[in-house]
Amino acid sequence: MKFRRIQIGRHLRDKIHGSWMVISLALVMTTPVFLLVGLSVKSWLLLEENSIFTLLFSKEWKPLSGQFGFYPFIISSVWVTVVALLISAPICLLTSIHLTQYAKKWVLKIMHPIIDILAGIPSVIYGVWGILVVVPFISNYLGPFMGKSVSGYSILAGAIVLSIMIIPFILNILIEIFRNIPTELSEASLSLGASKWQTIKFVLVRRAMPGIISALGLGMSRAFGETIAVLMVVGNVTKIPTGLFQPGYPLPALIANNYGEMLSIPLYDSALMLAALILFVVVMLFNFASRLVIIESEKHA
Amino acid sequence: MPEMNLKKIEEGLFRVLMFCSTVIIATALFLIIFSILYKGLPSVSWEMLTSTPKGGFYFGKGGGVLNAIIGSLYLSLGATILALIIGLPLALYMNVHLIKHQKLVNGIRFMLDLLWGVPSIVYGAFGFTIMIFFGIRASLLAGIFTVTLFIIPIMVRSMDEVLKSVPRGLLESSLSLGSTKAETSYRVYVKQCIPGVITAVLLSFGRAIGDAASILFTTGYTDYIPTALNQPTATLPLAIFFQLSSPIVEVQNRAYASAVVLVTIILIISILARVFSAKFHKNKINF
Repeated sequence: MKFRRIQIGRHLRDKIHGSWMVISLALVMTTPVFLLVGLSVKSWLLLEENSIFTLLFSKEWKPLSGQFGFYPFIISSVWVTVVALLISAPICLLTSIHLTQYAKKWVLKIMHPIIDILAGIPSVIYGVWGILVVVPFISNYLGPFMGKSVSGYSILAGAIVLSIMIIPFILNILIEIFRNIPTELSEASLSLGASKWQTIKFVLVRRAMPGIISALGLGMSRAFGETIAVLMVVGNVTKIPTGLFQPGYPLPALIANNYGEMLSIPLYDSALMLAALILFVVVMLFNFASRLVIIESEKHA
Repeated sequence: MPEMNLKKIEEGLFRVLMFCSTVIIATALFLIIFSILYKGLPSVSWEMLTSTPKGGFYFGKGGGVLNAIIGSLYLSLGATILALIIGLPLALYMNVHLIKHQKLVNGIRFMLDLLWGVPSIVYGAFGFTIMIFFGIRASLLAGIFTVTLFIIPIMVRSMDEVLKSVPRGLLESSLSLGSTKAETSYRVYVKQCIPGVITAVLLSFGRAIGDAASILFTTGYTDYIPTALNQPTATLPLAIFFQLSSPIVEVQNRAYASAVVLVTIILIISILARVFSAKFHKNKINF
């Protein structure tokens, strides 16, 4: 009798745990749908009155008179993201080859925690570092060196801070990709008389190409959505930037900077939610494509 | 043989470049930590750590950021617990119940990776729309919900990586001895992977305590230590952010000091995470 009751209790508990697991799964899997619907509903008010194309390509940002042109912000976002990627891509590529092909054990032992800690540092700390080191460096040394007098709060400052932030992220993926390449491949190349460097250049990098591109794509979408660190050093001036030393105003910074007043001006909150929606859609597409490429290339390995 | 020489030179050049970029990364970390400590340590004081803002605090007068320290701990602790309640069962479900449906599991992993990539400001904006929809004001609870959404993918994916390594034989022997799937999940899998699970929880906690963009809209800011879930809450990242935008030097210095506090918390978390992760690799069953 007692045994049976325990049995029923056990199976009941199993059922409860099982259902909670399914509920958790459903909750998490529907999150993107909720995100999409929630942000779309909010931005619909603005989209009803303006076409998406005028919003995306208009230069006029005057919330008080109801003009919401996202063009300057989109261009700023593209500037910081691309420059950040240009800085971090070669560093990541070279380091990942060094760590997977050449580095001695002790170097790995030092570099692993360093990469982990870099990845864990909060973005506000990167921002503080940007204000303490990067901005003064640009205004005191780099600017005068290029013959310009600049405040330092610029696209370049944002890009430098961003590039350091995305390095651990890209680097981890690249290391994983290089490790997953079968060693037979490089052994075959070496035994045919190719040097170590030739093998890396013509076999490893070529083989890893799709993975490298998608790792950079993931890093790019990470940079595109990064908010606080960039906001603190980029200057935040609503103007289309034309050079590295000019201030910019990327999309995430726009959202973060104006949350206080957005409820007092009609359609302002709708415009900011549209900015968030644009970020969400762009980042999702980038991530989707990059992850797909990585999965495909792993299948062939 | 000039061509041979060129090849050697090329390889040598690239080896130097590779070494340099590795050094750049290491230097960047030390530069960040050093500059924060150098600027912030002189302003760290007992008063700053143990008192809440007093009158004239934002003009450089007395007080501290205890409200932000406690607020951040409440927020991240709440979010981590909530994420654990949803995340651990999900990770177990993927690796125990769905073990025969690898395609489905890979689909779930793909989705989690996508969610991991969503910028935290988007979660913040979403949390804000939900708050408006339900008529909740900026509060600790709203912040906890938003941060939970943001850290769930991180937590589940890190746990999943750990649980994935459990050999299938362990699952089969546990089930064949008559345990239910739930018992196998919580008593065998979790027990086997406990250091790895703790690492995942610590990582998520670190993410939660460091993020500013997702809580900018949702937690508000206050000079008091919250006593209930529906009160607004100060947090360390926002305390740094707000104080740094002040023109007054004393207030800025306190921002740097607060940055030291945040960096210290993050470093402690990463050291703990490393300790537990080393333990996990020691306990791991290898076939």
